[in-house]
Amino acid sequence: MVSQALSPRLVVIGASAGALEVLRVILPAIPADFKGTVVVVVHVPEGRPSLLVDILAPLCALPVSDIDDKQPLTPGTIFVAPPGYHTLIEDARCLALSNDDPENFSRPSIDVLFDSAAEAFEDEVVAVLLTGASSDGAEGCARIRAAGGFTIVQEPSTCIAPVMPRAAIERGAADLVLSPEAIASYFARGGQYVE
Amino acid sequence: MTDADLFVIDDRELQRLLDTVYTEYSYDFRQYAHASLKRRVAQAIVRLGFKNVEGLRQGIRDNPPLFTQLLRYLTVHVSDMFRDPDYFRTFREQVVPALATYPSFKLWVAGCSNGEEVYSLAIVLHEEGMLSRSTIYATDIDPECLEVAESGVFHVDRVAGFSESYLRAGGKSSLSDYYTAGYGNAVFDKMLRQNVVFADHSLATDSVFAEVHAVSCRNVLIYFNGELQARALRLFDEAIVRRGYLGLGSRETLRFTNHARSYAEIPGGQRWYRKL
Repeated sequence: MVSQALSPRLVVIGASAGALEVLRVILPAIPADFKGTVVVVVHVPEGRPSLLVDILAPLCALPVSDIDDKQPLTPGTIFVAPPGYHTLIEDARCLALSNDDPENFSRPSIDVLFDSAAEAFEDEVVAVLLTGASSDGAEGCARIRAAGGFTIVQEPSTCIAPVMPRAAIERGAADLVLSPEAIASYFARGGQYVE
Repeated sequence: MTDADLFVIDDRELQRLLDTVYTEYSYDFRQYAHASLKRRVAQAIVRLGFKNVEGLRQGIRDNPPLFTQLLRYLTVHVSDMFRDPDYFRTFREQVVPALATYPSFKLWVAGCSNGEEVYSLAIVLHEEGMLSRSTIYATDIDPECLEVAESGVFHVDRVAGFSESYLRAGGKSSLSDYYTAGYGNAVFDKMLRQNVVFADHSLATDSVFAEVHAVSCRNVLIYFNGELQARALRLFDEAIVRRGYLGLGSRETLRFTNHARSYAEIPGGQRWYRKL
């Protein structure tokens, strides 16, 4: 049994093509008594409202919320990054948004979130990188591991778009490679993985 | 774009760089939100050909032209005309009618960047027959941006997007009525800036310069930390008349600030607030 970061203060999740299907499996598995904060970046087009919060909120035990700039990192909440902005962990207390250029052709970018998470929370972060068709997030996973955090990457064979998880795995930035169901059970068990 | 991946910048070296910028050039970035600022500094280090923060710091210390280049990285100038069209629709439908009750009124566009927002607001005021009664203060910390803003010239490639947003914002004619195209540029009618005062002003170091009826400050506060946001909002609050207006970016809010209770948000979620 691998047991890691039993109650991470921060969980960051990055996903792109095929995200919704997987998020619908993983996020509802996070128990209502989870004490950390969850921040989710999904590549969504700019210039129109994202429906992710509306879709996910009814499915989850934890409250699901949009992000405004300098949003306090409320424990026990799932925050979903808005389209058209990067979402960053400003410090241990709050989130910040930026309008800086897209990175890896994306705004929000997963690397931007993950890098800032590593910087602000060091070894108290669990990062989850899911299905997607770019290499966004691989660098961020590497940085989270370098800072002592823990990374879980979706098993590429279970992905609609395997490029993104594969990039992280090839970089040696994945602590665990799991199916969506196994990631769900990891969270359901409060951050334990049973092989 | 993975330039930023090369560096992890620690707080102390960033602080030293920002101290040098402040003492040598009087630009105060010390209370900018650090997470995004660090990324932009990392990009500047790579693209300006330095190896680390200290190299950049020494490089700019005796080299003002290099600092001018760095300034482009420290500040962010991303905007479009009629960006978030519903913001401008709310301005037209809710704010302008209140401004119309004054014989003349003043508007402050704080952090006006290259002027996209200034021209957008001016067009709305023109279409509502209010431009001649207005004074618009357009301020920014970056003199190069102010020059661009004052010229009213935008690359013609951007104009199709502007036009679409203009119509979605409730525009009453065609955006092409307001510019002439030539040599790859769209040059906006100088009639639009007849009452605009472009001025160098820093929300970090300067004070209030006028009483105004509305402030529009979009996607500027996101770059500030909590303390600097508080300073900027205090300036706005001092400047805005009773029952005046404050407009923010689509993801900026007064909710986490001391001003939450002294302003009412105009319904519709477009981040226009009215001072109580």
